[in-house]
Amino acid sequence: MTSVIKLENIHKVYDSGEVKVHAVRGVSIEIQKGEFVALMGASGSGKSTLMNLLGCLDRPTQGRYLLDGTDVSNLNRNELADIRNKKLGFVFQGFNLLSRTTALENTELPMLYGNRGTTRRQMRDRALHCLNIVGLGNRADHFPSQLSGGQQQRAAIARGLVNEPQVLLADEPTGNLDSRTSIEVMGVFQKLNQEGITILMVTHELDIARYCKRNLILRDGELVNDVKVADRLIADDEIHRLQQAEAAVKLTK
Amino acid sequence: MRLFFTIYVALRALRRNKMRSILTALGIIIGVGAVIVMVSIGDGSESMIEAQIASLGQNIILVYAGSATSGGARSGYGGAGTLTIDDATAIKTEIRDVIGVSPEVRGGSQVLANGLNWSTRIVGESEDYLSMRQWPLAEGAMFSDQDVRGDAKVCIVGQTIVNNLFPDGDPIGKTLRIRNMPFKILGVLVSKGFSLQGVDQDDMVMIPYTSAMKRFSRQTFLPFINVQAVDGEHMPAAEQDIANLLRDRHHITQGRDDDFTVRDQQEIADAAAATTATMRYLLFAVACVSLVVGGIGIMNIMLVSVTERTREIGIRMAVGAHGSDIRMQFLIEAVVLSLMGGLLGILGGIGASQLISRLNHWPTLISTVAIVAAVLFSGAVGICFGYYPASKAAKLDPIEALRYE
Repeated sequence: MTSVIKLENIHKVYDSGEVKVHAVRGVSIEIQKGEFVALMGASGSGKSTLMNLLGCLDRPTQGRYLLDGTDVSNLNRNELADIRNKKLGFVFQGFNLLSRTTALENTELPMLYGNRGTTRRQMRDRALHCLNIVGLGNRADHFPSQLSGGQQQRAAIARGLVNEPQVLLADEPTGNLDSRTSIEVMGVFQKLNQEGITILMVTHELDIARYCKRNLILRDGELVNDVKVADRLIADDEIHRLQQAEAAVKLTK
Repeated sequence: MRLFFTIYVALRALRRNKMRSILTALGIIIGVGAVIVMVSIGDGSESMIEAQIASLGQNIILVYAGSATSGGARSGYGGAGTLTIDDATAIKTEIRDVIGVSPEVRGGSQVLANGLNWSTRIVGESEDYLSMRQWPLAEGAMFSDQDVRGDAKVCIVGQTIVNNLFPDGDPIGKTLRIRNMPFKILGVLVSKGFSLQGVDQDDMVMIPYTSAMKRFSRQTFLPFINVQAVDGEHMPAAEQDIANLLRDRHHITQGRDDDFTVRDQQEIADAAAATTATMRYLLFAVACVSLVVGGIGIMNIMLVSVTERTREIGIRMAVGAHGSDIRMQFLIEAVVLSLMGGLLGILGGIGASQLISRLNHWPTLISTVAIVAAVLFSGAVGICFGYYPASKAAKLDPIEALRYE
């Protein structure tokens, strides 16, 4: 079985005139289908750069990147855009939903740029289906400003899923959320992963990383650790525990 | 399919910002509206001027007798007795491209009828005159060539005469006395109103020129002759032929001056055409300026819009939009804005020119050419002024755009 993501000795050097910044120095990663990986590191460790490379938003200076068996390291702008559209789903820290556009239309967005001959009706159905998966089916007509942070992030996840990508890439998906909503969002990810979707997320929060199956630690542009998560947290259990704790507070009072 | 969705996306973006879209298009709306109004007023007045020039008669050549000098005082055109009835007949029979000849004799007199009297102009003409001047009769008939040959006492009267001497109407067949001579009224002319010089063209009595010469001017020569050429193309040749014929008939040898003058109304038509052309250039300049200003307005807002929506562009690119999709989206927004502006401007312009013609009683003429030109021009403005902001949007780097706050 081929890997979904295979990085071979990837380097990225930013050349801003006099100073050359070596952001990623020879990283090799292999991610199989169905994995749930957290990419961790302090700020300046090169994880954002690596994420941009993985997300086909940027090209490596050196090395090879095989996405779903295709070498994408030397594609041009438009080819990269098509790869992003067909094979990747994005979830951002700041949700990045289009304002004054309903959750449903936000979810439809990637389909507008695919060349699949989908009709408007099919798009609508598919977007609604994805919103249902993330539990937002009843809010399809709401605008982002009418949704809570967690709901917005779920709409963003739905958008990431809508073109049935090989990998769902999430860049600090819980960065703007409180701890309880963070657990809820991680619950959505765990559910999707159980259904077979490969997820790669960047985070700097250790406890969030514990919801994943595998952790990659990046330091100074190099991969320093690659571990299987031993004591994995299950979001549903954590929510249950939280609810019990809240109930307990109320009981004693 | 992809283009269809891009159009959909662009229209949605415009709808989300209704107020801004309308304000952006306002420059084009006003520009196009103003152009439509000005063109329709211009066309209206042009057609009015054309009608007035046509009422002077088309392809008319005027032959004046030379001026006479008596005691050092020169009399002006028509003063010398150099043109005769024979000259007029010769012009009619010998010049190929001439279709009508009317010698003209003018005078003034008190006229009486019904116990009322009125001072008016007496004009002697031939039976060709009315058709030459394209001046129809309201009722009755023009006098005939027999009336002219027999210097008959018949006349045609203008509307002013009817109003003043026949208040009860129906003057046909009645008698009008000019210097105590009874003239039978054969017809009444259609009212022409005042001329450009302020002369009441309806205040006159028209009689056969032979009758006028015999009974009033008591002269054997003609002050001038109206000649009508078959069409504008043959006017110069006809004028040349008339001049040659008259020089021959008057025995003017080579090197001597003519004792007559041949002129035409082309000069008036040319002047009118020049005025209209000047007006057109002016309108065109105003149209260009206003549309360019409107276009700059669109470019301005589109640039602001691109900056403001940098993040949106980043998101679209991240989920697979090509640079060309983004460019197309903004270009369509700009073109839709300017076309909408153009269409609203056309509607507003038509409404305003209707209002103007209703309130001021100015003639206006809605020009299809102006409407089509306005649509094409505003579309072109959208493309020209939308292209730069759209390209700027298309060239954005998705990573930078996503990070933009």
